[in-house]
Amino acid sequence: MKFENYGIGIIKGMAVTISHLFRHPTVSQFPEQRLNISRRSRGNELVWSREKCTGCATCAKACPQGAIEIITSTNLKENKYEVEKYKVDTGYCIQCGLCVEACPYDALFMGYSYERAKYRRNDLIQADDELLESPERPVSGYFHPEIAEKLPKQTLLVEKVTEKRKQE
Amino acid sequence: MVIPDFALNAPLAMQVTPADWPGGYWWHWLFFTIIIIAFVLIMVMGVIYIERRGMGRMQSRLGPNRTGPFGLLQPVADAIKVLLKENIVPATADKVVHWLAPIIAFSPVLMIFAVIPFQNGALLADLNIGILYIIAVSSVATVGVFMAGWGSSNKYSLLGAMRNVAAIVSYEIPLALTIVGVIIFSGSLSMNQIVVAQDIPYILVQPLGFLLFFIAASAEINRSPFDLMEADSELTAGFHTEYSGMKFAMFYLVEYAEAIAMSAIITTLFLSGWRGPFLPPWLWFLIKTLVVFFVMVWTRTTLPRVRIDQLMALAWKFLFPLALVNLFITAIEVIFWPDISQWIFVGVNIVIAALLVILWSKLFKIGWGRLEV
Amino acid sequence: MTTTRELVLNTEPFLLNIGPVHPSTHGVYRMRATLDGEVVIDIEPVFGYLHRGIEKLMEERSYTGCIPLTDRLDYVSSMTNNLGYCMAVEKLAGIKVPEHAEYIRVIAAELQRIANHCLAIGAMLNDAGALGTPFFYLWREREKIYDLLEMLCGQRLMHNYMRIGGVSQDMPEEFLPALKKLIIQWQRFIEEFDFFLKQNEILIARAKGVGVLSRELAINCGISGPVARASGIKRDLRKDDSYLIYDRFKFDIPTGENGDCYDRYRVRIEEMRQSLRILEQARKQVPEVPAKAELPHLVHPPAGEAYAHIEAPKGELGFYIVSDDSIAPYRCHVRPTSLINLTALREMVRGWKVADLIIIFGSIDITMGEVDR
Repeated sequence: MKFENYGIGIIKGMAVTISHLFRHPTVSQFPEQRLNISRRSRGNELVWSREKCTGCATCAKACPQGAIEIITSTNLKENKYEVEKYKVDTGYCIQCGLCVEACPYDALFMGYSYERAKYRRNDLIQADDELLESPERPVSGYFHPEIAEKLPKQTLLVEKVTEKRKQE
Repeated sequence: MVIPDFALNAPLAMQVTPADWPGGYWWHWLFFTIIIIAFVLIMVMGVIYIERRGMGRMQSRLGPNRTGPFGLLQPVADAIKVLLKENIVPATADKVVHWLAPIIAFSPVLMIFAVIPFQNGALLADLNIGILYIIAVSSVATVGVFMAGWGSSNKYSLLGAMRNVAAIVSYEIPLALTIVGVIIFSGSLSMNQIVVAQDIPYILVQPLGFLLFFIAASAEINRSPFDLMEADSELTAGFHTEYSGMKFAMFYLVEYAEAIAMSAIITTLFLSGWRGPFLPPWLWFLIKTLVVFFVMVWTRTTLPRVRIDQLMALAWKFLFPLALVNLFITAIEVIFWPDISQWIFVGVNIVIAALLVILWSKLFKIGWGRLEV
Repeated sequence: MTTTRELVLNTEPFLLNIGPVHPSTHGVYRMRATLDGEVVIDIEPVFGYLHRGIEKLMEERSYTGCIPLTDRLDYVSSMTNNLGYCMAVEKLAGIKVPEHAEYIRVIAAELQRIANHCLAIGAMLNDAGALGTPFFYLWREREKIYDLLEMLCGQRLMHNYMRIGGVSQDMPEEFLPALKKLIIQWQRFIEEFDFFLKQNEILIARAKGVGVLSRELAINCGISGPVARASGIKRDLRKDDSYLIYDRFKFDIPTGENGDCYDRYRVRIEEMRQSLRILEQARKQVPEVPAKAELPHLVHPPAGEAYAHIEAPKGELGFYIVSDDSIAPYRCHVRPTSLINLTALREMVRGWKVADLIIIFGSIDITMGEVDR
């Protein structure tokens, strides 16, 4: 006679639950404790470098959404394109990172910050100088290993099994 | 105004008021009424806090910790929120029934506390039919629930209320039978006498009784794992769908106040109430009630819900026969061996309880299975 | 077991709309259920609420630009969607993937499989009424996996990691040590989770024998994945039609006997164990020297058609691509696993009660992104 279903399953379950009462909960108290996000994070924004950009528009061709608009004119004296307008509709962008991968001159970076919400939808369309790198708009190391090495390491839950109250 | 008979005849008044109480009957009544109402309201807040924090910690997260230090003001925030909400009554609802239902659901719960002893002799009325009064009064709360379901003019509320009534009525029987087992040992129906008679806490002498009473009590107050009627029950939203504002607060209060009432009853009947070594007796009572409530929170966190036909099958096919067998064995023990030490009963009863539970669960078949359509 | 009811009362079935906005976490799916009291007689599914025209949009984008779109098909497990699509295009264009990239693909796919089963089991138990406790435990472990996937590709949900001819970027150097720690912690967690829930009587009463999918019906409907394996069909594309480098790893295929909800839950837990085995072997065997892959930037396959299928966590996911020698696919059709698994729902549910309907629907594990595309 096999004895089963007499309540032992329930008792085992309750033993597991009560043992969790004595462990640290895996909770981090935002905004006092902030964890580091991935070094290759594909954040909300696109960062453009005016010096390196040549106006080849490979990024605009690679974007699946068509969110990048580039207007260039020729500069016959210095024999290169001059970028008049570089406009990105970040509301339309899906943060796939294909433009960063496509750029042959390393002029594009994904953003690293994540608290960059705007109040109006029109503010999401960013052009020219709003797209440059600045302290509020750090760059992430997606597809740029030399930048990724300088960013802080990502906090992993496998390393921190218990979460302390104060951030160290 | 008719002066009650017992207030005129002093010796009978001793039954409800202790002789040395200053001021006589009415001061005693006033004092304890205020204590009971304050106790219920404050304990409900404390209990809500314990449940949310305890359940959170057991699920590897924190409970509320932003409102006030350690989240202590969270129940206050809940109360304020619920009071400020608009009181909506459906247009086709039966107005009187809809309005009366929360009151009828809440009053019996408050009345139960009249006979629960906080200390030796410290209760509102030391009735000598204490436990019978409790069973009688707690059944009235069912009427309140049914009125809520009917008065909402919503077919899903009615379905939820009917399920609720069916479940509560079924679980009354094992509840009452288990109580009779305790009464046989203690020899009196008065709650204070039951506590005084517990030299060994009855949880040891009647382990099967405790288990059955705990399961039946959890089902009576709609706690998990029997909470089909209350917690987001998949589709139909239960009997209190159409309630908002203060009336909903009453139902919410009823649920937690019933949980405290059942914990207090379990403490008095099985864990020897206010008895204990060093601390003042009312503190022991409080601690034991909170421990029992914590066990209820613990089972709520762990177990999934049962289905409605499994719920009824559990009451009629599992708890009811076991309660009868428990009563029978208790009666035999008390009749044939009234004088020997109760520790022998402890050992024998524990063995019998374990055997019965294991054997009966082998024979027990749950639910109907699939129906032919 | 099936019983026939003798109808004492003359009852009429009524229509209940289990609307697109669900308490369960499966997306926007509508069922019009014909109920007779509690018993489900018939259901009629209505879906299409999440149709976004992904297959049409794919015709407008280049082959690499379609990869973010395939992320959004089965939004819970994006890596395997990307993998299926990339394999189809590589088959069409005749591109060979370097070995290091194949190992990374296998590791990412198996991690995604474990994460997906976490969600499936957690959601099913949440529907069964366990107030989130198994869900929270599984979710905490899923966070560990998502940390690793975020380290690889930069985002937690829409990975967009696989490219045609390999993967987008190589693993960072802290990936493999973290993977080792993850495997150890996960093995301990699965033992604890099994201890927690495997013998739970209430879960067995709710899920055993409920919603049986017979073997013949499963084969006739074209069901695949854990649902089919629980019904006794031993078919897994990783062994039968081996793709990538799965033939280098040793793992078993768990199957069930009855095809009920409990078997589907057990099959998923066993599959998580087998995925951990594959991960351990892959981690040891990853070649040290990363190969630099020759990835053309704009993929330009010759005209033709190709079909590639993989063992996604939910079943057999297939991509059928027709190309007409341009930079965008002429037509891309997705074999939607969840939709085909859903066709058997009607037969599984008849005769059961409403509470069982919810748990059966949860155990099939569908994602509306795949059903509606």
